[in-house]
Amino acid sequence: MSATESTDILVIGSGFGGAIAAYHLAAGGARVVVLERGPWLRADEFDHDFELGKSYTRIFDFVVGDGMSILGGNCVGGGSVVYFATMPRAPRFVFERQGSIGRRMWPAAINRDTLDPWYDRVAEALPITQQTWDRIPYAGGLWGAACRHAGRTANPAPAAIDVDLCTNCNWMMAGCRFDAKRSLLLNYLPAALDHGAEIRPLHEVQHLSRTPDGGYRVHYRVVDGEDYRILHESGEIDAKIVVVAAGSGATPVILQRSEPHLGKMPHAVGRYFSGNGERLNTAIFDEEKVRDVLGLSRSDGRAYSAYQIGRGPTVASWDKLDGSLPEYERFSLEQLYFPPGLGTILAQVPGATGPSWFGLEKKEMLRQWQSWLTIFTMSEDDNEGVFGPPPETGNAHRLSQQMLGVGPLRYEPTKNTWRGWSLSDAEVKDILERDGLARVAPWTNDLVGAYTVHPLASCRIGDDPATSALDDRHELRDHPGIFVTDGSAVPGALTVNPALTIAALAERAMPGIVAAARVRGVPVSYNGTLPAPATVPAVPAPAG
Amino acid sequence: MEVPDKTITIEAFADTIIPGEKRWPDDRAIAGAATGAGAVAAGALALLELPAGGLAEALDSLAVTLNEHADDYAHETGLSLDASVPSFVALSFDHRTALVRILTDPGHPEKQMWVSLALFCNMAFDSAAHMSTPTAFATGHPGLLTIGYSQPNADGIYRFPEFSYGRQLADHHPQTTATGSPA
Repeated sequence: MSATESTDILVIGSGFGGAIAAYHLAAGGARVVVLERGPWLRADEFDHDFELGKSYTRIFDFVVGDGMSILGGNCVGGGSVVYFATMPRAPRFVFERQGSIGRRMWPAAINRDTLDPWYDRVAEALPITQQTWDRIPYAGGLWGAACRHAGRTANPAPAAIDVDLCTNCNWMMAGCRFDAKRSLLLNYLPAALDHGAEIRPLHEVQHLSRTPDGGYRVHYRVVDGEDYRILHESGEIDAKIVVVAAGSGATPVILQRSEPHLGKMPHAVGRYFSGNGERLNTAIFDEEKVRDVLGLSRSDGRAYSAYQIGRGPTVASWDKLDGSLPEYERFSLEQLYFPPGLGTILAQVPGATGPSWFGLEKKEMLRQWQSWLTIFTMSEDDNEGVFGPPPETGNAHRLSQQMLGVGPLRYEPTKNTWRGWSLSDAEVKDILERDGLARVAPWTNDLVGAYTVHPLASCRIGDDPATSALDDRHELRDHPGIFVTDGSAVPGALTVNPALTIAALAERAMPGIVAAARVRGVPVSYNGTLPAPATVPAVPAPAG
Repeated sequence: MEVPDKTITIEAFADTIIPGEKRWPDDRAIAGAATGAGAVAAGALALLELPAGGLAEALDSLAVTLNEHADDYAHETGLSLDASVPSFVALSFDHRTALVRILTDPGHPEKQMWVSLALFCNMAFDSAAHMSTPTAFATGHPGLLTIGYSQPNADGIYRFPEFSYGRQLADHHPQTTATGSPA
């Protein structure tokens, strides 16, 4: 094994929380090393292929828990590479939420007004653009038309997508091979590399320990490039500051595993996990009704039959994002595409007389797959997720060579969470079953629990040490020099897609992390620049 | 043709998840409850036997356990089973379905195992995950054809030049900000 290396700043993870930290700290003059457990792929490696071992399984993870399963990124660029790039700001009332703790769960320093300037920065850097109806895919148009028919509003949602480059292939979850999706591979990460940051893919951090000089030693294993169940050599890197941004499903696990080495972790590490109140309903449309009731038809004469076409969610209904409604009754409803292979089995047959998720009636439902529309609820859950003891390595016991594993998260939805889900189910049904447009049923929670693509809050910021792991500067309580900047820092469900809020919070945390690094003797400054939008992606370093 | 108990048992399970028509008149694994191809014809066994999936080494014991559950089920429901085939295979489609519902119920201690098996059966049908997608189309994969998944362009890549109704189809929320977000 090689001698222990050292750097100024060690960043764990290369999604929004890690990439933004890597850029600002490197641009400010610090030596930065990023350890990313997943592979580093170029655009031409993002396959349109369901075969096991293609990018579809290489770059994201599906971790089954007890009552909640998490879908997350597993590659350089993290969630930004696999997500659907829908980037609304969180509504104002979200920051006033109390959740289960009987007091405002966000730090006093943060509300929509104070976060807006940081939202602006991310919107400029990626960039995020507003979408227009003339380029909204059929599925989004159908959802909008159904909302209008039911007296609701619906908006094209802002997105980090260059629509001119987009082919509406709906393969975003396997990575965008057209570089239309403005992932971190096109902005923060190449800019961080330009400033000397080093990114090491397939390096999975297992735990942290202390160094005699008050810094931290980061212990990693190298992950096999094809079979992630196999771990190769181990290594260590010493750093003065550690930024943990491994994602909400992994950050608390790394910190829990570090407890024997670092000392007691704050109570909130691995607690208060939120699935962003997420729930899915699948509708099967009657094509004739789409034509007759909504007046929709495609140029080839079909009414809809276009579930496969598009770029994930493009149109959202925000009528229930009403701050005057009680907590747990507010949610957004977003049209969504869910690809075959992962979620199809969870879609239930509306009005099934036999089994709802398999069997004869399910097969009949599958025959109509192109007439499906998935509606995605993002509501207010109760932060009821708790991580059990960490697995031996990583954040899950890996079942398959890639993607599928079983993790330690336990999530038992409370009545509050079920209230939001039930209200949203009823709302979706009311909108879509009018005049026989569609038949609707929610996904089952009986197979893999609830299902989130936006895990949050497992190591959250706050003012109350009893219910937050981080202070409002994102520093881990009682462990100075460790900062957490990923989705786990977000205090609770946001009722909308969270990536922009995660990124804005990371931007906001940077001046404080730079200041902490300076105190520890790192020659770094915060200069407030943003990466110039790049058209050429970050290129993977040569192997070896 | 002698078919191992493992194969015929797992096939019968796959056929319960996505049922299909019999491959030959005396096909015992496939109950023939539905028209068209089901999970078996879509390649469920081929997918499950790939080491990459993670269940390959467990298939023998899964088949044994499934047949034990079928014996218990038959005993409890007073059924007498044809002893010439594995017990799960001897069950009718309706009884296979009833047993799979029991095994995948949230309260069943082995739920996760049977859900995993069902997940791969479903994946074989709706995504042909055991072969490349262009190959799946070239060989007429019945699952992708059944769900109506479109074929890629000649270069194996998907592009949809026609994708939009091209007009505003909803009224915007009155509290939308200048950047297009909720207020």
